Amino acid sequence: MNAIQILEKLKSKFPDAILDAKVEGVIEPYAKIKPELIKEVCQFMRDDEELNFDYLMCLSGMDYGKGVLGVVYNLNSIKHKHKFTLKVEVASDAPNVPSIESIWKTANWHEREAYDMFGIIFIDHPDLRRMLLPDDWEGHPLRKDYQVQEFYHGMKVPY
Amino acid sequence: MGLLDKRFESENIVITTMDDLLNWARLSSLWFMQFGLACCAIEMMATGASHYDLDRFGVMPRATPRQADVMIVAGTVTIKMAERVKRLYDQMAEPRYVISMGSCSNCGGPYWEHGYHVLKGVDRVIPVDVYVPGCPPRPEALLEGILKLQEKIRRQSLVEKKV
Repeated sequence: MNAIQILEKLKSKFPDAILDAKVEGVIEPYAKIKPELIKEVCQFMRDDEELNFDYLMCLSGMDYGKGVLGVVYNLNSIKHKHKFTLKVEVASDAPNVPSIESIWKTANWHEREAYDMFGIIFIDHPDLRRMLLPDDWEGHPLRKDYQVQEFYHGMKVPY
Repeated sequence: MGLLDKRFESENIVITTMDDLLNWARLSSLWFMQFGLACCAIEMMATGASHYDLDRFGVMPRATPRQADVMIVAGTVTIKMAERVKRLYDQMAEPRYVISMGSCSNCGGPYWEHGYHVLKGVDRVIPVDVYVPGCPPRPEALLEGILKLQEKIRRQSLVEKKV
């Protein structure tokens, strides 16, 4: 299936979940999904016979600035050899996104990294700890408004 | 071997000071704690391999701090790693020395401004004897650093000072 057909299929199944989409004239066709429905959409995209997205290539955190955070899901179907991208956007003061760890296990560490770097809270994640930074680190470094802490365990952090 | 090999015609007596003898022994067998943290470690390995052959200076890698005389910090010291570096330094037996290899462990290197996770110089947690600049330094530069450390040890004294 091509991106237009995939989007049509999504629209007919979830008419009120898609906020925005762009499938023509872009390298990575995407659809912007309501955050609270992302888990249902992902479940459908994996289990549907025609779509069969059996591979989550990447899950990335984003900071779009002006208090908007986001998550980008790059999906691939090894069986049907097609790709699609899902995006969600949340406000940075309440960055809650349902976890899709139960659908693709590979999302476990990716979501932990997005939590570590952007502070996005993945609801129902089984083990939402920091991935890379120490557990007692302050703040989330890839946010645009991040200010590095002055000291960590007595070591000066800035130059 | 090198220094005294084939210098004597028969069994003989050598007269020297205690300092010279001990320092000669210490500087000729600098076993280093291998601390490869990033790309500098590759140059450190190249220095230890047959082409540059660190072994001709009596310098050998050890994987434990208990057997090491000098710690070569080769690479980017992250803040998470810095506490481990400090602990391993504390576990080394005295007299102990530190060679900071490469820009990252000297001063933070390319991470000096935006690298929130990098310690801006390993000398913020442990004392450093020799800084080797470069990104990464060539094996010749690391050899130069080791020779500088040998010079430093040669000038030291283990004798108790009398007032």
